[in-house]
Amino acid sequence: MWPALNALLWRDVALARKQGGGLGAALSFILAVVVLVPLSVGPDLNLLARLAAGLMWLALLLAVLLTADRIFQQDLEDGTLELMTMAPVPFELVALVKAIAHWLTVSLPLALIAPPLALMLNLDIASLPVLWLAMVAGSLALSLLAALGGAVTAGLRRGGLLISILILPLYVPVLVFGVSATTMMGPQSALPSLLILLAITLVCLVISPLACAAALRAYLR
Amino acid sequence: MTWQGLVLEAKSLACERGGRLIFKDLNFNITCGEAVELRGPNGAGKSSLLRLLAGLNQPAAGALAFMGASAQLNEAAHYMGHHEAVKPALTVRQNLDFWSRFLGNEGKAELGPFRLEQLAEDEARLLSEGQRRRLALSRLVSVLRPVWLLDEPTVGLDQAALVDLRREMEAHIASGGMIIAATHAELGLKASRVIEITRAA
Repeated sequence: MWPALNALLWRDVALARKQGGGLGAALSFILAVVVLVPLSVGPDLNLLARLAAGLMWLALLLAVLLTADRIFQQDLEDGTLELMTMAPVPFELVALVKAIAHWLTVSLPLALIAPPLALMLNLDIASLPVLWLAMVAGSLALSLLAALGGAVTAGLRRGGLLISILILPLYVPVLVFGVSATTMMGPQSALPSLLILLAITLVCLVISPLACAAALRAYLR
Repeated sequence: MTWQGLVLEAKSLACERGGRLIFKDLNFNITCGEAVELRGPNGAGKSSLLRLLAGLNQPAAGALAFMGASAQLNEAAHYMGHHEAVKPALTVRQNLDFWSRFLGNEGKAELGPFRLEQLAEDEARLLSEGQRRRLALSRLVSVLRPVWLLDEPTVGLDQAALVDLRREMEAHIASGGMIIAATHAELGLKASRVIEITRAA
């Protein structure tokens, strides 16, 4: 079972690298936010500093959402998922590994790149490590939820709008605790929010693969 | 590797798609070393039966038993449907490597039987329809599984590839495997049984 999952993980990472897993598009989206926000809210540095963390979280959320439809759609269309139900591997783990591959190729790189970009929005440099921690902790949850949206809409043409309607409500807890971790002053008070973020990630880790597998099985029937 | 004592038995099998009955009361008994051709007009349910055997659909009625094996039928079978499950961005070898590692632990990518060595390092997007089909067929020989479920395996193949396919099918039967193929063309096997499927009224 493990060699099979290992093969799947590296195939998905290789595919994302070769045909573009959407990291480029997502990154340009975040860059656009960073460039356009100072122009739209004006050059008030204090205001920007207050907005920086929240805006970066919002940009990260929406950027991950942009790539959600790629996770399962192609595999469903070219018959790959049909064959994957015939391997000696639980289908839930297939869904989990694909979500992890999405995390490695999209969400994690974005979570690592976004905090330094927030400095361009005059983020207090002292809160940079906390923002980093919070984004890395929350990014796996973002990928797992994106996979859920991708699985539910995999067989639909133009499922993009539906994904945002379905998944944005589920992103709210990640957003709330992610922002609260970074707006609290000092690492001491950020800890509870970070722990809750990790807890959300763990819950997603259990529920998302089950839901993805159930949704995809319904399409395969 | 040879297989022995495997029996695939269907009792009054019925299949429903989208609320409509496609076939019913289908009985058959397939044993080791047997090749079966499914025949019937378009829409009679040949593909549906194969998907049912592959575990992708559930029977509407009746029972399906796979005896004498340690694995479930869907893990002991190869399914070749209308889609090739080939990733255009990966090379031919990477595609086959992935499937042989994913479908079976000791699977080894066998490019030889369907003469793909020349194309091994080409990206699969460059392949023609027939070459993609040959890549998909190579899965059958790369991972050893006793049951082959083939949906129109000859479509898009040239004469040489047909000869390859026939040779591999004969070898598979000789080693005790089962082949169930939905086809309109003659497979040209030495010995094969025909099961007629007729549409339920």
